[in-house]
Amino acid sequence: MDPGFRRDDRNFGTPHMKSAVVVFPGINRERDMMIALEAVTGIAPVAVWHTDTELPKVDLIVVPGGFSYGDYLRCGAIAARSPIMTDIRAKALKGLKVLGVCNGFQIITEAGLLPGALVRNAHLHFVCREVKLEIENNSTFFTNRVKKGTVVSCPVAHGEGNYICDEETLKSLEGEGRVVFRYTLDTNPNGAMNNIAGIVNKAGNVIGMMPHPENMIEPLHGKTDCRPLFESLLAA
Amino acid sequence: MKAKVKVTLKKGVLDPQGKAIEGALGHLGFAGVEHVRQGKYFEIDVTETDKAKALSEVKAMCEKLIANTVIENYDIELA
Repeated sequence: MDPGFRRDDRNFGTPHMKSAVVVFPGINRERDMMIALEAVTGIAPVAVWHTDTELPKVDLIVVPGGFSYGDYLRCGAIAARSPIMTDIRAKALKGLKVLGVCNGFQIITEAGLLPGALVRNAHLHFVCREVKLEIENNSTFFTNRVKKGTVVSCPVAHGEGNYICDEETLKSLEGEGRVVFRYTLDTNPNGAMNNIAGIVNKAGNVIGMMPHPENMIEPLHGKTDCRPLFESLLAA
Repeated sequence: MKAKVKVTLKKGVLDPQGKAIEGALGHLGFAGVEHVRQGKYFEIDVTETDKAKALSEVKAMCEKLIANTVIENYDIELA
């Protein structure tokens, strides 16, 4: 059966971006993420189970979306303390690229790889809809093929995506251009501070975002706005 | 030994659930409700019998997992 996605032949000259997708119990977007990564990079990602203790040799780790451990305690809290996270944290500190999407953003933030926290949406409702994201930093490994200021459509699906942090952190995020994705003024779906949708760490190798770019890369998704984000991985 | 742990949101952290409860109490006719903040409560049975040691162990649990100290405070009571 046609899986509904097309490989991008333009990028098949030197496929080199090897990736791994981490799977926790309750995660449900790992397949979407793996399909998106393979469609663009040409290399099927390795699935890594949460009880593994060592990562395979890859260039990028993706922590996908879903509801790890049923969102018990706090979203991402239990997954952030699972065995594989020790190696992820150690290698991230040495510069390995890490991308956390939705629950993955919550997990890597709970794991201390990114500052701040993601709390209950200000209006208390789960949101599942399309938002518009402005790319404010195009020097990251996930945005380098997009012009600064580009606005892309992207779906969100979360109940706890309301980004908060203390004033000092907010100042440094804004001052250092570390807000990578920002909801356009009228599309903030959760009340996040300064309309923050995604951020990058100081070193530039860890990105977290609430929206789901893996679900906006094929014509069947309705739009392909987020494909350039994945194509950025090839230049990274 | 039993540790009773209360986890509450730090001052200044928006608590939409507390706000919703506040509103519902108003609908029920409780006119005197000024403000509601909600939190979590845990009971942890530990084998340690020395109070000081138990306290430091539960404190470590709170720091590492039970609370997210970016947004939450915790309070431990040993019994």
